[in-house]
Amino acid sequence: MRLFGSKNKSEEKSSTQQAASQEAQEKEKGFFTRLRERLSKTRNSITGRLDRLVLGKKEITGELLDELEEILFTSDLGVETTQALIDIVQDKVARKALKDPGKLKSTLKEQILEFLSFPAAQRRTPESGEPLVIMVVGVNGVGKTTTIGKAAALFKSEGNSVMLVAADTFRAAAIEQLEIWSQRVGTEFVKQKPGADPSAVVFDALEAAQSRSIDVVLIDTAGRLHTKKNLMDELEKVNRVAGKKLPGAPHETWLVLDATTGQNAISQAKMFNETLGITDIILTKLDGTAKGGIVVGICHQLKLPVRYIGIGEKIEDLRPFDPKQFVDAIFD
Amino acid sequence: MFEALTDKLNATFKRLTGRGKLTDANIQDALKQVRIALLEADVNYKVVKGLIEDIRTRAIGQEVLESLTPGQQFIKIVNDELVRLMGGEMAPLNLVGRTPHCVMLVGLQGSGKTTTAAKLAALMKKKGRHPYLVPADVYRPAAIEQLKKLGQQISVPVHDADSSHKPEDICIEARMAAGGQGSDLLIIDTAGRLHIDEALMEELVRIKDKMLPQEILLVADAMTGQDAVNVAKRFNEVLDISGVVLTKMEGDARGGAALSIRAVTNKPIKFIGVGEKIDALEPFFPERMASRILGMGDVLTLIEKAQEEFDQKEAEKLEKKLRKAEFDFEDFLGQLRQIKKLGSLEQILGMLPGMGQMKKLKQMKPDEKELKKVEAIINSMTREERRNYKIINGSRRRRIARGSGTSVQDVNRLIKNFAQMKKMMERFSKKGPRSLPSFFS
Repeated sequence: MRLFGSKNKSEEKSSTQQAASQEAQEKEKGFFTRLRERLSKTRNSITGRLDRLVLGKKEITGELLDELEEILFTSDLGVETTQALIDIVQDKVARKALKDPGKLKSTLKEQILEFLSFPAAQRRTPESGEPLVIMVVGVNGVGKTTTIGKAAALFKSEGNSVMLVAADTFRAAAIEQLEIWSQRVGTEFVKQKPGADPSAVVFDALEAAQSRSIDVVLIDTAGRLHTKKNLMDELEKVNRVAGKKLPGAPHETWLVLDATTGQNAISQAKMFNETLGITDIILTKLDGTAKGGIVVGICHQLKLPVRYIGIGEKIEDLRPFDPKQFVDAIFD
Repeated sequence: MFEALTDKLNATFKRLTGRGKLTDANIQDALKQVRIALLEADVNYKVVKGLIEDIRTRAIGQEVLESLTPGQQFIKIVNDELVRLMGGEMAPLNLVGRTPHCVMLVGLQGSGKTTTAAKLAALMKKKGRHPYLVPADVYRPAAIEQLKKLGQQISVPVHDADSSHKPEDICIEARMAAGGQGSDLLIIDTAGRLHIDEALMEELVRIKDKMLPQEILLVADAMTGQDAVNVAKRFNEVLDISGVVLTKMEGDARGGAALSIRAVTNKPIKFIGVGEKIDALEPFFPERMASRILGMGDVLTLIEKAQEEFDQKEAEKLEKKLRKAEFDFEDFLGQLRQIKKLGSLEQILGMLPGMGQMKKLKQMKPDEKELKKVEAIINSMTREERRNYKIINGSRRRRIARGSGTSVQDVNRLIKNFAQMKKMMERFSKKGPRSLPSFFS
């Protein structure tokens, strides 16, 4: 019920299932095309330049590695991850396991896929009959509210009843923005006055969600810089209060990161993870930037799974992140 | 972080004892360290490359000054180069010609345009202008509403835009309305857009052509990574921007984007956003940014802020009192308020060298709540009690605790600390100190 795109609920409709799966397959193909198209900038940045780099080269020289390093850096892979990749390539060259510059691409692809793939963390699940509570956090302007709007649409399309909670009581008109999304998608909506205590909003919302037997509760929190101790404490309190009202809640805590962010994304993820225990990363604004590389850096350095990526403004542009698909979209 | 870089550099130069010369061989490692520091600060790779070359050329053959270690000498060269690249001088807004003047804010989604528009309006209002906010973001839900609310907070009129109108029409309507409002400065908040979205970039050009703004400011997030270059380049190509506002500078981003943007557009950074409060917009000073990118803290800003906010006479009065050991709770409260004027403690600490490092900042987390409590307790004292804390007996303590919403223990603790402090001061004053002791160090 909870994973988008995963098969859910009843098994009884086996006759329609085949047709549905075929349709799903086609849809999936369409998605992939769109993913490829939206990531074309990243692909050009990494693969296009890689191809030009190795064109006509006979061996892997130090100079070539320097240029490779530049390509990886400018794709926001970050110092640590770039260094790790270069070391691996260098090591392979030294062991004569890699000689042909033409194989460089596939070596990188393989290695990056390895960085991106690790077993998903154990998730807490709600007691039966209780709502799944998801808290969405992040620094200012990364797209938390928009992500919630899109995620709500996805949950709803899977037949879940959804409630949006306006716990961003700080930013001017944040409540209105979320309310418009709830109307668009058609979800329940809980708000209080601007300036209200976010913990109180969440407490009341969870109460309402229980009595209205909501399936999924999405909590929108105010953007805050991870260095602001008092604001991080406030989030921690929201976390605690939610757990008091509903043991186990929030079951998931999503950290929304802006793909155009540079190395600071790592710092953000570290701090939010320390305070709240992040279960998933949502990476927004991946379209149009040449910087899909930050995904690799984050997975490699933080070992936090990327759950969804935002690749456009449309509602369906919030996509489950599939490492294999992602690497294919960038490298092929 | 500066400490970290300096330490590394000093270690690198260890073999260079006494007054040596910087040579190609012995700066090799140092250059590598600087390169990594710059890349980690999100300075664009190409910009770093050029910069490293410049530094190498300048460094080789330089004698190490007597007062500096080779590591420090090297940092100085790096710092000088960074400042040079960032344009040296600060650049104010250039508002000339017939009023109403017009400032247009553009940028990616989520970079902070709407907040910056309100901050800028507040700042200009303080300078005696009559700003008029124009919400031209018809796409994001509740964007117009957001600007209206912010306008209300700072008592600046906001154009009543209709989100079904075209942004360029809204701007024209706003210009006509502005005159009637007695406004002389339009601040246009445009919708966030990707720099590669041709249609939306065209829309900005249409607004520009209709409004002929004196200033087009690119609002950019200080945390932006390597892509900052492409974003700035594109906005500059399409709109010929006049400057940049760098937002979210209060975080721990080192802001290498500033350097990159400056390098590719050659346009000055005019302001930086340093907090969520409406007055958290400051002019940009290149030399301070250089320190920040290298992780050296921002002592200059702190000093300047202190000079601005501290009342000279107050300070002199206080010093006299301190010398005579007449310091009482009233003076204490005065000092507390002075400090508050400077901004939040967190902000102040962030400006100190070395404090940028988060671990340290966390350890000595300033407790603003504690300060508030202290203020409340002192506020609940009578004038007499403030002048002579010795008269505060048990029943007075209970009253003060009730009045300030604290506990008797809190009151006890404050009085005890105060008494200790006073004792210490008396000891100092006997020796005749020339400077103010600091209560908060």
